[in-house]
Amino acid sequence: MGSSSLLNVSGLYKNFGGVQAISDLNFEIIEGELLGMIGPNGSGKTTAVNLITGFVKPTEGNVHYRGKNITGWPPYKIVRLGIARTFQMVKPFYQLPAYKNMIIPLYSPRVKQMTGGKYGDRDAVALDLLEEVGFERDAFVAYKSASVLPQGYLKRLELAKAIALQPDLIILDELFSGLSLAEVASIVPIIEKLRQQGKTIIMIEHRLKELFRIADRIIALNYGQKIADGQAADVMDSQEVKNAYLGSE
Amino acid sequence: MQRRKERVDRGIKVRSSDVFALSSWREMLYLSAPRLLPIVGLLLLSVVLSYYWQRVLLSVSVFALLAISWDILAQSGMVSLGQALFFGTGAYLAGNMNHYLGWPPYVTLPLAAIFGGLLCTLFLIPVLRLRGIYFSMVTLVLPLMLVRIIEATRIFGGTEGLSGLDPLPNRWVEIYLIIAVLLAALFGFRRLMNSDYGLVLKGISDNDRSVMNAGINIYWFKTQALFIASALGAFAGAFMTHVYMFVGMPVFAMDYSILPIAAAVVGGMGTLAGSMLGAFILVPLSEILRGLGGLRIVFYGLFLVIFTVAIPEGIFHYIQRKYHQFERWVEVK
Amino acid sequence: MLTNAIIYGFVNSVILMLVALGFNVTFGISGIANFAYGALYILGALSCWVFLNPIGLPYFLAVILAVAVTAIAGALLYRFVLQRIRGMVLSEVIATFGIGLALLELFKYMGFIGFEYSLPVISDTSIEIGTVVIDLQRIFIVIIGVTMAAFIWFFTHHTRTGLRFRGIAQEERTALSLGINTDRVAMLSVSFGGAYAAIAAIFILPLGTINVEQGYSVLINALAVCIVGGLGSTGGLVLGSLLIGYGQTFTATYLESHWVMLVPLIAILVILVIKPSGIFGKQKELEERI
Repeated sequence: MGSSSLLNVSGLYKNFGGVQAISDLNFEIIEGELLGMIGPNGSGKTTAVNLITGFVKPTEGNVHYRGKNITGWPPYKIVRLGIARTFQMVKPFYQLPAYKNMIIPLYSPRVKQMTGGKYGDRDAVALDLLEEVGFERDAFVAYKSASVLPQGYLKRLELAKAIALQPDLIILDELFSGLSLAEVASIVPIIEKLRQQGKTIIMIEHRLKELFRIADRIIALNYGQKIADGQAADVMDSQEVKNAYLGSE
Repeated sequence: MQRRKERVDRGIKVRSSDVFALSSWREMLYLSAPRLLPIVGLLLLSVVLSYYWQRVLLSVSVFALLAISWDILAQSGMVSLGQALFFGTGAYLAGNMNHYLGWPPYVTLPLAAIFGGLLCTLFLIPVLRLRGIYFSMVTLVLPLMLVRIIEATRIFGGTEGLSGLDPLPNRWVEIYLIIAVLLAALFGFRRLMNSDYGLVLKGISDNDRSVMNAGINIYWFKTQALFIASALGAFAGAFMTHVYMFVGMPVFAMDYSILPIAAAVVGGMGTLAGSMLGAFILVPLSEILRGLGGLRIVFYGLFLVIFTVAIPEGIFHYIQRKYHQFERWVEVK
Repeated sequence: MLTNAIIYGFVNSVILMLVALGFNVTFGISGIANFAYGALYILGALSCWVFLNPIGLPYFLAVILAVAVTAIAGALLYRFVLQRIRGMVLSEVIATFGIGLALLELFKYMGFIGFEYSLPVISDTSIEIGTVVIDLQRIFIVIIGVTMAAFIWFFTHHTRTGLRFRGIAQEERTALSLGINTDRVAMLSVSFGGAYAAIAAIFILPLGTINVEQGYSVLINALAVCIVGGLGSTGGLVLGSLLIGYGQTFTATYLESHWVMLVPLIAILVILVIKPSGIFGKQKELEERI
């Protein structure tokens, strides 16, 4: 595990026609670490992810990945560099069965690049990937239409779609939201396995207890600004963070 | 005891899935019949019909091409209200190449198709980044404007158009060329749209952010779909130019924009075969209704609305469903 | 000649703006692109004619009734057709297109073609502005046009109901959760658009005769103005109509009149290259939908 900086966000600002969503955001991620991003609703966490992954262009500031300036790049180019993200509100292709949902990321030039020019049998790869995230093969869950799958499976599908892109950096936007404790407990090993494979992970979460158990470092945002950056225990002790979540007295 | 209707795949459908289709003649026939029907049907018709109805068949095939082109775009998330744009562009390109450069049809036809496709695609690329409605608006507006411009500036023959163009060698070449292209387009693009490539296009139509997130450049894919569709439409236009040996402002007429949409809506969107079926129903129908004059278009308009609102799946889907499945009453447990 | 062009250019711009307002209003309020707009325009004019001639009502009454009829037609269009397919853009486009088509061709078939189909002008007199002679009807059109544009702008930017309407176009689910009956608002927006179409028709068509083909031209012009100015934005619409209107008038005055039709096309092509979403159109496609 190297200790080189993988992603570097500097001086990021985003203004949505009057609403300052992100203000002077600076942080970096070391290769191989699991960074947690927390903050109350509306603090700009998803916007930060959108800025990094190219879905939104920043008003000011830069994003560097492995030294390359990727600010303002479109999402498809960013994915090809090795960054993948999930959406907070899952976006499956509802009329397709789960495994067909996987075909689309598997058709991506990124996958072609990583497998050395050959796509292979996409259907088989899809089924394998889904099994890894917990789609029981003998129950043929992968063949069910996405419109009948419960939230737990949809979240896993979303995760699988990101993993299919063989990314080096995965950004998970509120993966645990809407899941029961048992479901969360069953997904954590999958994340652990990703870490063992050397992947760098950013997790935006509201479920603080589960996050703190696995995160190396935590960043806290409030009103679009970073208010804390450090080890889980230190961040939770910070008065500012407490105020942000609970409101100041 | 409460009952509900249940749809179940027919036995023969299950028996003919995958390799098992080779197990008996019946299964093979079940699979091949729907595919052979258009091929055999078209070939038969081309021979048995009278001269007048052969010309109608030409027209049907051209509209079927336009309808297939429309369907490809619709499946990729682009609603074209101006198939006439592609048709007219191809028509004028072929007409001009033939008239001013003297090139024969076997040169103008492929060139008009390709360059017609390129030209239209280039014009429409800027709108691909915007909301779908812009695509519809621009495709609606462009052919209507082009008509008025040609009329006003009198270029390309102005209101009289270009006449005395070269015909195709004989009427058998005409009919078999268009049938060949139609069948090639139908089977070829149906295969494409059912493959993973087509899945990506349909994904773009359904949820383009998700596709972008998968690392795919959706605009490049949309451009490709647009090129395919516009080249098909341009070929149709070029073909008709040589059949009538004339090209003029009417090639940008609304008819060429509306009928393909009506055909797809009535026949069944999303399957290419349905659009073709719709053309085969509506064009002869419009021939028969020719006596009604302007009322014809009133009917198209009403058809469009009724089918869109009440029978959105279209006739082809209905037939397909009946072919593959049957319904029965089942007890609710 | 220049002052002539400036003044008539302004009139031309206001006419374009007036024509495009209804379409833009429907889209801006409820996100519905009503391709039956041209048909509603002609419906407004024809119903006014019917109230005036065979039925013989006084002008004022005929106008009000014609506007009401068109507004009701718009509401019915929504209630019986659009409501069922709300949200499916493909179907909305095809269905409104189909109805517009059916209506216009029906009018043609019923024979509403000819010189006797014309609407009366408000006044026959002309006045002089400097060296330019201009008829009162055109001045009237300008007044009406500017008033209606101002009304829309004021309504959607400064009144509570208006702001609510815009909210629906932007984020329907939120609007629903706030207790706004989006179906009713959408219906109102379509009938609003229809009423505007009728008003535009009744005051503009006296300049010539009622020609059903105009139904298509109206749609083209409205679309051109909206594409150039940006869908949903009143300011963009004003600017777009000024650009195209003056472009057309100056072309007719200084170049030859048959180049006039090129102006909207060139405007569209230029906009598509420079800023595809229109002058004041919503910014990045992506950001809009986050």
